[in-house]
Amino acid sequence: MLNYIIRRILYALPILAGVNLITFTLFFVVNTPDDMARMHLGTKHVTEEAIWKWKEEHGYNKPLLYHETAPGLNKFTDTIFFEKSVAMFAFDFGRADDGRDIAHEIQSRMWPSLAIALPVFLLGLLAYITFALTMIFFRATYIDFWGVILCVMLMSISSLFYIIGGQFLIGKLWHLVPISGYGSGLNIGRFLVLPVVIGVISSAGANTRWYRTLFLEEINKEYVRTARAKGLSESAVLFRHILKNAMIPILTGTVAVIPLLFLGGLITESFFGIPGLGSYTIDAIQSQDFAVVRAMVFLGSLLYIAGLVLTDISYTLADPRVRLE
Amino acid sequence: MKKIRLQIICKHCFFVLIHFFSRLAFHRKSFFGLYFLTLALSGCADIWNNPYPSPDSGKNILYSAFAERPKHLDPVQSYSSNEIQFTAQIYQPPLQYHFLKRPLVLISQTVSNMPTVRYFDNNDTPLPADAADTQIAYSVYEISIRPGIRYQPHPAFARDEQNELLYHALTAQDIQRIDKISDFEHSGTRELVADDYIYQIKRLAHPSLHSPIFGLMADYITGLREYADILKEQAKIQSGNTFLDLRNFPLSGVEQIDSHTYRIRIQGKYPQFIYWLTMAFFAPVPWEADHFFSQPGMAEKNFTLDWYPVGTGPYMLTENNPNRIMVLERNPNFQGEFYPDEGMPEDVTKGLLQDAGEPLPFIDKIVYSREKESIPYWNKFLQGYYDASSIGSDSFDQAVQITGQGEATITEEMEAQGIRLETAVAPSTYYMGFNMLDPVVGGRTSEEKASARKLRQAISIAINYEEYLSIFANGRGIAAQSPIPPGIEGYHEGEAGINPVVYEWHNGEARRKSISQAKILLAEAGYPGGISRKTGKPLVLYYDVTARSADDRSVLDWMRKQFRKIDIQLVVRSTDYNRFQDKIRKGNAQIFEWGWNADYPDPENFLFLLYGPQGKVGNSGENAANYDNAEFNRLFEQMKNMEHGPQRINIIDRMIAILREDAPWLWGYHPKEFALFHAWYKNVKPNRMSYNLIKYYRIDPELRDQKRNEWNKPVLWPTGIATALLIFILLPAWVAYRRKQQQSATHQTA
Repeated sequence: MLNYIIRRILYALPILAGVNLITFTLFFVVNTPDDMARMHLGTKHVTEEAIWKWKEEHGYNKPLLYHETAPGLNKFTDTIFFEKSVAMFAFDFGRADDGRDIAHEIQSRMWPSLAIALPVFLLGLLAYITFALTMIFFRATYIDFWGVILCVMLMSISSLFYIIGGQFLIGKLWHLVPISGYGSGLNIGRFLVLPVVIGVISSAGANTRWYRTLFLEEINKEYVRTARAKGLSESAVLFRHILKNAMIPILTGTVAVIPLLFLGGLITESFFGIPGLGSYTIDAIQSQDFAVVRAMVFLGSLLYIAGLVLTDISYTLADPRVRLE
Repeated sequence: MKKIRLQIICKHCFFVLIHFFSRLAFHRKSFFGLYFLTLALSGCADIWNNPYPSPDSGKNILYSAFAERPKHLDPVQSYSSNEIQFTAQIYQPPLQYHFLKRPLVLISQTVSNMPTVRYFDNNDTPLPADAADTQIAYSVYEISIRPGIRYQPHPAFARDEQNELLYHALTAQDIQRIDKISDFEHSGTRELVADDYIYQIKRLAHPSLHSPIFGLMADYITGLREYADILKEQAKIQSGNTFLDLRNFPLSGVEQIDSHTYRIRIQGKYPQFIYWLTMAFFAPVPWEADHFFSQPGMAEKNFTLDWYPVGTGPYMLTENNPNRIMVLERNPNFQGEFYPDEGMPEDVTKGLLQDAGEPLPFIDKIVYSREKESIPYWNKFLQGYYDASSIGSDSFDQAVQITGQGEATITEEMEAQGIRLETAVAPSTYYMGFNMLDPVVGGRTSEEKASARKLRQAISIAINYEEYLSIFANGRGIAAQSPIPPGIEGYHEGEAGINPVVYEWHNGEARRKSISQAKILLAEAGYPGGISRKTGKPLVLYYDVTARSADDRSVLDWMRKQFRKIDIQLVVRSTDYNRFQDKIRKGNAQIFEWGWNADYPDPENFLFLLYGPQGKVGNSGENAANYDNAEFNRLFEQMKNMEHGPQRINIIDRMIAILREDAPWLWGYHPKEFALFHAWYKNVKPNRMSYNLIKYYRIDPELRDQKRNEWNKPVLWPTGIATALLIFILLPAWVAYRRKQQQSATHQTA
């Protein structure tokens, strides 16, 4: 398994380099270094001299990908792309264009993101699987029928509506929790209730239907019939046998996203005033801060690759027949 | 403490009772009991939705919000309003605007007397104040600051027993242990001296600071441009060491006279320079702070002067987490400033002079929470958790009603909450510009130019900005008659102020000329019925705008409709902001929209936007329309250096008359800002030019607490109902489950 993991990590390197190149190209197709300088220097009284100085100071005064007049290998290394990319592979994310240390910023912002995303993930998983198994337990009854209708209804509503509706009802009309904000220490709990509840409910429809479909595929298999023939109760059949056998697709859909929980959610964090990583990338795109965009895309790719490796490892735990070679 | 305990007990009561009632709900008879009991329970709870820590209740704290994180808090860089709202409370430039007097009056902030200016010729001979501009080689501003002003407590000033600076030789390991500035055990202060102001002026030229006004000031402050070159060279020599000790590099344009007096030398005559002395660019920065933050390891922990300002102002930044919260607290060393004892006559009736002579500031602490979305911000304002709010278009109808006379007043709902409305026309202008280099709307030959002028005048009549403001801005703005907004010298009220090219004075009010008059002008321009007399083709114009959201489509449709009124086809060319700016710089746009917020309350700051040598194309100036009229340019040069007074106004009137006739812009509108304040918020007088106003504000925390408690009682019955409903739904399922399990067991037994 160790060989497999090392191989996957080595595969990740060209993927990360490719993602980095694509991010770089896309960003600079839209924004030139001059545009970035103007964005940071403001719109008033900005001179060409000031723009040149800004670019020089921030290392954007070189060619993007190819330095025609440079000698030898420097044609490729004496470029913005090379200079800005190499350090990232050593996890040196550098500074944002406003001077803040990006690594420090990521460290401080990932915990609030995780504080929302982790409970939503765990509670959601528990609720969706329970709800799906309940529908399977009562399949072909009114509970299953209305359950599916409820899921379709929940799926049909925009996540923004859940947020605004939740804030309106629970925060504004009933005054049960703060509408938005974030605290420190144990005080954060009361700020998390509403976004976590909304996070769980807003994804309930699609996820429950997904799990229900997985369980339905399993329920008519021969091992289930055998279990029932042994005289096991229906709940034992569902929890001990069906749930275990449906674990591979469940792990495929869940383990890969675990590392991404650190990155948070854009709309939720924005509406609830959560100082997480969710809006960091969007803020950076809006302010044309390439340093942050590059770092966040790199981190996102890295975490996604890590998630896929973890998924593969989790298969071996869930199904002894799976071997990573 | 008692209050917190009570709150916890109440919360426990709630959950225990909910559990109890849930059990009761299994019995049908108890269901209605549950409803009424939970209803009754809702009356005995404390407030639960307070986003602030309970111990802060009743304290003299102002609660505000910010949507966008400030990029720079270094006074040499901060220029945006979301940055100045912080730096203006912390730093003290030499001058400020009077809080109550209108039109705005400059007064001292730290100076003992208002700065004096003297003029000199090329031979350093002093000239009289009324000397001709051509004679003046340079001006000297002499500024004397009050003794006894002290900096906020800060570790940068801390000294040991040998009077050596305590934290100026820190190692990376020392800094590693520090997470916030307050983690330094000791702090100190010192008196403000003239050298601190000089130090900051030198910082304008610092090679790594990129002051947005360096380019502008380098044209005026003697030697500043050359100074930047010297510093750049020095920075290269000492690469690796981030601290450039500016005290070792003299700047010829600034001179220390004594410990509390300094002089600034300005090339030629620049009377508007005095307004720059109200801005943080000219605030004092102590070298100790600069050195302190330049130590190795500081920047890695985001300890920079850009992030932790050090000033002499009424407040100091004690918490800076721009992702969540920023806190200003009273500077314990601030003293010597008092609430004004004179203002305008209406200020007495409004109660704005009740605090006359009281020492400033009144508020102990300001908590700014980050609120990126307008909906939660608005709802928290209504709950009393923000003390003031602007009005978004979504909430406008809820907050404001327009009377039959067109006056905006607060709605009854808001009035019942004690909320009051303050409005003020901003010193800003939003206009639609014509690119004068374009052959169609600007013209190349004199014949084409005359034709294009008529075309622009026709369009000026057709675009109905009164309608625009009514439809798209809830009436929040006034249609502009010229580039100069109200409150600025050169603006005239009534008939004298109307633009005769577009308006007629009728029954005591300005009335836009008719479309038929616009069509006559269009025909005179060579486009009768919107068809070019030369080519026989319909007239098509191009409107360049930045990328618009779906919501803005209606604005663009409205704009096309306005042009259609005079048979002109308008093609909208939407692009992103970078490309849009690029088009303007290169002169590739035909018609565009733009805006300007004043730096200072002087007509020069608006009229220079149409001064020929400021053209975007060729000169990279601020004249986006590339308008260049020799007579206007001549008058501008004459006006900009004149003292305020009737003679200057006369010249401004002549300049505006030229502009109105030439119509290089559709004058657009001046936005009117609406803001809501709770009843506990006192001493509010709108002033969009000053940002250091918090020191004048007063809060009644007791009233705020009382209202918050009144408005935010938890409503628990819906939770009870929801629980009961859930039980009601799950009960049959539970019964079915039990039955199924029993059947299975029976089957097994059989």
